[in-house]
Amino acid sequence: MGDTSPRSAETGTGGTLTTDGRRGSAGGGVPPAHTPDSPGLGGGGGLPRRTRFGMESGFRVLTLAAGAMVLVIIVAIAVFLISKAVPALRANTENFFTFNGWSPNGTEPRFGIAALAFGTVLSAVLALLVAVPVALGIALFLSHYAPRRIATPLGFVIDLLAAVPSVVFGLWGRDVFINPVRDFSVWLNEYFGWLPIFGGDGPFGRSIMLGALVLAIMVLPIITSLSREVFLQTPAMNEEAALALGATKWEMIRTAVLPYGKPGIIAAVMLGLGRALGETIALAMTLGITFDISANLIENGGNTIAANIANAFGEANDTGRGALIASGLVLFAITLVVNMTARAIIYRRREFRDSAA
Amino acid sequence: MAKRIEAYNVSSYYGSFKAIDNISMTVEPKTITALIGPSGCGKSTFLRSINRMHEVLPGARIEGRLTIDDQNIYDSDVDVTAVRRMIGMVFQRPNPFPTMSIYENVVAGLRLNGVRKKSLLDEACEKSLVAANLWNEVKDRLDRPGAGLSGGQQQRLCIARTIAVEPQVVLMDEPCSALDPISTLAIEDLMFKLKDRFTIIIVTHNMQQAARVSDRTGFFSIDKTGDPGRLIEYDDTQKIFSNPSEKKTEDYITGRFG
Ligand SMILES: Nc1ncnc2c1ncn2[C@@H]1O[C@H](COP(=O)(O)OP(=O)(O)OP(=O)(O)O)[C@@H](O)[C@H]1O
Ligand SMILES: [Mg+2]
Repeated sequence: MGDTSPRSAETGTGGTLTTDGRRGSAGGGVPPAHTPDSPGLGGGGGLPRRTRFGMESGFRVLTLAAGAMVLVIIVAIAVFLISKAVPALRANTENFFTFNGWSPNGTEPRFGIAALAFGTVLSAVLALLVAVPVALGIALFLSHYAPRRIATPLGFVIDLLAAVPSVVFGLWGRDVFINPVRDFSVWLNEYFGWLPIFGGDGPFGRSIMLGALVLAIMVLPIITSLSREVFLQTPAMNEEAALALGATKWEMIRTAVLPYGKPGIIAAVMLGLGRALGETIALAMTLGITFDISANLIENGGNTIAANIANAFGEANDTGRGALIASGLVLFAITLVVNMTARAIIYRRREFRDSAA
Repeated sequence: MAKRIEAYNVSSYYGSFKAIDNISMTVEPKTITALIGPSGCGKSTFLRSINRMHEVLPGARIEGRLTIDDQNIYDSDVDVTAVRRMIGMVFQRPNPFPTMSIYENVVAGLRLNGVRKKSLLDEACEKSLVAANLWNEVKDRLDRPGAGLSGGQQQRLCIARTIAVEPQVVLMDEPCSALDPISTLAIEDLMFKLKDRFTIIIVTHNMQQAARVSDRTGFFSIDKTGDPGRLIEYDDTQKIFSNPSEKKTEDYITGRFG
């Protein structure tokens, strides 16, 4: 390889592999690794010939292989999961979709996804309800209101929040954050107890509310930094157009920034939702782990698919593992539906976006 | 309707850099004034100082007085948004709102001013598009994206959007520089029509255009890079292009024509 290139034949500076990859430019003896962008120095001797088995074709094979491998892995995982899940579902003596409970390890396995799926969606949606307005507010502040010397460090702190491991959030939620949440729950129960979501007679604390609030803090950084990027990308000329029409800053944001960023905001929210739906350990540590479908937000209780997998995997037998895998497939389906919905929303007004360029 | 604009010793800065120095000029109502001069001499900066768009950029500020019918627009108690509504602006590159339809683009300014009634908006939309010579081309597709029009149509859409709020003054910063000769002529025709209602100030690099459309012409120049731009000569367009009093003006004009 490389012997068809006049450059490597002439100079022989080693690294002939890279030399060939560099569009065969005939250099003048400078090691190409140090000057990746240097133009060809026109090292004489006619045009460099095209290498037949250079990096170019090698790279193509490599990318093709990588692409194929992803497919193979996905299919293999799917086959594995389904082959594990099906026997467990067969052995189930209750309806998998409607039963509230999880005891798949006995001789008569009984398990159902209903309460888990409900808890998953409820906690994720609540988390987003809290996180999205806050995140968008912070993102707008960072992109359009804060002076640079505040925006940069604040953005950094928020990105730092994304680097905190979820188990740390779980511990913090279980041991620290639970106290104010419990006090708040008691207060809500006292004054708004007539609302079913704040009703019940305790104990309070390890509730859907605690889980959802911890989740909200966890998804906040993703949504914030993505939407800040989106807001910063608003073309300056559109912002100026709005201002020149006599818009105040907020009106300018509503006229130019938010509509332009809408697909990006939706994408950011969906990423946050994806994370919230799949979050495992923080919820396993903060929720009360019960198996019922209840809209009560403040009483101990709540559970999610992922948290249940984390909690129940240890003592699961074969059928138990199969049952957990089946629940994982349901979680996958939920996430998929969410993602496709988001895409549908984004693509619906595509015409307006694509002509924007 | 249209108003007189007077600038007294206006200097504009980007941070510590002085972009224009001591500009004084009077623009009469219902006239077209052209600002010409080499690149970087501060024409855009001056234009943006007239509707207080200059200060939008961080660190940008201005010294001096700028009055519209004797009221200083830089007085501390003046509402910036009111100034910008009174002094509309058309930019060099057409900049319709990409997420909005043609209709929404035209009425965007009215909506910002709290007009909600559909009949009023419809009426204003048609009137502005007719005035911008665009109505016939788009009347059947008002709900289509504004950014889907051709460049010249987009620029006329932006003009329609600007005049829909009924400003007193319209500032245009090289409105034709991205357009073909036909669209350019269409916009020049439009300027003549708009002159009945608005005071127009246009920045242009096209000397013929300045000569064709304007009543008065201001020539800006800089001595060397880094110096602030100055208003070298400001006179009737006729005079500037036939018999300028300043040598620099003559050099610039003949240089371009020759
Ligand atoms: N946003 C900015 N920040 C800093 N300096 C700027 C900015 N915009 C313009 N300038 C400087 O101000 C001076 C005047 O610029 P301006 O855009 O007003 O020139 P112009 O006459 O409109 O030029 P052109 O004909 O090329 O549009 C130039 O030296 C330019 O570099
Ligand atoms: Mg300019």
